[in-house]
Amino acid sequence: MALTVKCYATLAEHSPPEGETPHAEGHTVADLLAELRIDPAEVKVIFVNGLHAGLDQPLRDGDRVGLFPAVGGG
Amino acid sequence: MDTILRIDVGAKGGPKAVTQPVGPYAGLGGRAMTSTVVCTEVPPDCHPLGPENKLVIAPGLMSGSAASTSGRLSVGCKSPLTGGIKEANSGGTGAQALGRLGYAAVILEGERPKGDDWYKVVISKDGVSIVKDNSLRMLPNYDLVERIKAEHGDQVTVISIGTAGEMRMANSTIAVTDVEMRPTRHAGRGGVGAVMGSKGIKCIVVDPEGTTIRHPANPEAFKAANKAFVEGLKRHGVTGQGLPAYGTNVLTNILCEAGGYPTYNFKEGRFPDADKISGETQAQIEIARGGLATHGCHRGCAIQCSGTFVDKDGNFVTKQPEYETVWAHGGNCGISDLDAIARMDFLDDTYGLDTIEMGVTIGVAMEAGVIPFGDAAGAIRLVQETGQGTPLGRILGAGAAATAKCYGLERAPVVKNQAMPAYDPRAVKGIGVTYATTPMGADHTAGYAVATNILKVGGFVDPLQPGGQAELSRNLQVATAALDATGFCLFVAFAILDQADTFQAMVDTINAMYNLSMTADDVVALGQDILTKERAFNTKAGFGPAQDRLPRYFSRESLPPHNVVFDVPEKELDSVFAF
Ligand code: SF4
Repeated sequence: MALTVKCYATLAEHSPPEGETPHAEGHTVADLLAELRIDPAEVKVIFVNGLHAGLDQPLRDGDRVGLFPAVGGG
Repeated sequence: MDTILRIDVGAKGGPKAVTQPVGPYAGLGGRAMTSTVVCTEVPPDCHPLGPENKLVIAPGLMSGSAASTSGRLSVGCKSPLTGGIKEANSGGTGAQALGRLGYAAVILEGERPKGDDWYKVVISKDGVSIVKDNSLRMLPNYDLVERIKAEHGDQVTVISIGTAGEMRMANSTIAVTDVEMRPTRHAGRGGVGAVMGSKGIKCIVVDPEGTTIRHPANPEAFKAANKAFVEGLKRHGVTGQGLPAYGTNVLTNILCEAGGYPTYNFKEGRFPDADKISGETQAQIEIARGGLATHGCHRGCAIQCSGTFVDKDGNFVTKQPEYETVWAHGGNCGISDLDAIARMDFLDDTYGLDTIEMGVTIGVAMEAGVIPFGDAAGAIRLVQETGQGTPLGRILGAGAAATAKCYGLERAPVVKNQAMPAYDPRAVKGIGVTYATTPMGADHTAGYAVATNILKVGGFVDPLQPGGQAELSRNLQVATAALDATGFCLFVAFAILDQADTFQAMVDTINAMYNLSMTADDVVALGQDILTKERAFNTKAGFGPAQDRLPRYFSRESLPPHNVVFDVPEKELDSVFAF
């Protein structure tokens, strides 16, 4: 049971080793942030499997999660 | 800024400069100025390289004042690439210098005499001089700037064309020097350099010596509004932290994560080697090698999105390559070598090539089998061939659409012949609407729906659903057209879209500068007016709904990983300008 998690930009230091973290049944994105010690206020954009997601989104084994602070350019 | 400088390149005995009061163009800046002059004075059915076309260079309304982050310079003409109206804009020091000298616009017009003479225009507080200097012929921008520096010192701005502009390539830019007097900022899109080349003007040297900043009509209100505006830019996560720390290339990872990063000439939506060329990696390399990750392209920028890229020995290679550049020459071509990409950024700047058009053209050439995907050395060679004008280089310099045509390919990712930037319209549908409908040809800056589709700035509209995208693009295109008139850097948009008080502070600075009482509604009306004029020009140039479309294959071939096609209904595309 594992998730692939990538934290980017100013959140990069919170990325789990090897980009994987164990997953417990029923956990949501908010639970994951707590495990990674990330302040939800620092997170602006959340992707689960390439789709925008919210804090309350339940996670499933094998999900790919991407976490971003406010970023922009163009 | 109440003077217009006209240079008639066809005058007897060589180009002649005439200054006149701004007259009917009073109160216009930036894109509002360039598009109004082009719509009024250029016949829409003319040839872009013929004598009837004009090149209009205009600082933004606020440029040259103490308003923060307001150094944007607009360049307008009929585009040799799209055949429609064009406004391309640039940072650097040009807008401030022209604004301080009092020029609302510089217009190059008339018919260049036969022959191959090249002229240098020098604008200072003492007036305008125009000198024939054929020793400048075919100098790349960096070499040209060194020559100008030796003669005019290092406190001037150089607005110039490289070899591409001289060869009148449909992909050719007009370069503007930055604070270090390097030609790193470009009015990049649509082949504006070719129009300058067609007028025989190699460069315009702008010397602001002896001028002062432009004074606001209402100094107290101006100071307060500008302070609130800067505070707002610092407060927002994008303009206050993301852009200064990582530059625009911070977008590589988020577009990949979203599955909207065009890879291998728009075949896939994620690049497996993205982390090797991301903004995070780039900033790390810059800092480790002794470059610079935070830097402004002109004095008074409160955001500082730029930087300096150096090689392993600490020698200057180029300015920090932008996201679009890294994508175009990187993931789009299957290339993951940042040093090679930085080298191409330098070559593009010195030859005067638009990095988006060049990178997409290389991707098309790769698809045609000219070189394989991932061939970094081959890609560098193609840029060199373009800048040197070899027979192959001439094809590539005509842009992505022309190159696809020469090699018999359908898959040219263009709208109105202009290459699409770094967001796949199938997975970021709002930007697809902007690509399809903006009068400029595929252009992300014309209505940056990526902000709302991907970055959650200015709200959120699901990037994968067709609904709501036309309205999103409409609102952004209107707001952007207005912002393009002000001279404020487009990146202030991130803060003003999210923070109502920062938007108000920006409007208040303009009001205090000019003693106006503009409201948000007036800003909308200004944007709509600009777009209406530009659309009317394009209609007379032969454009209709059939040109406001993406190439068919974007609706037919699906894009992994989300396996989506572009499916915004045509009738919604046709509703974008129903204000
Ligand atoms: S944010 Fe970047 S592009 Fe804009 S003015 Fe500053 S340095 Fe130039």
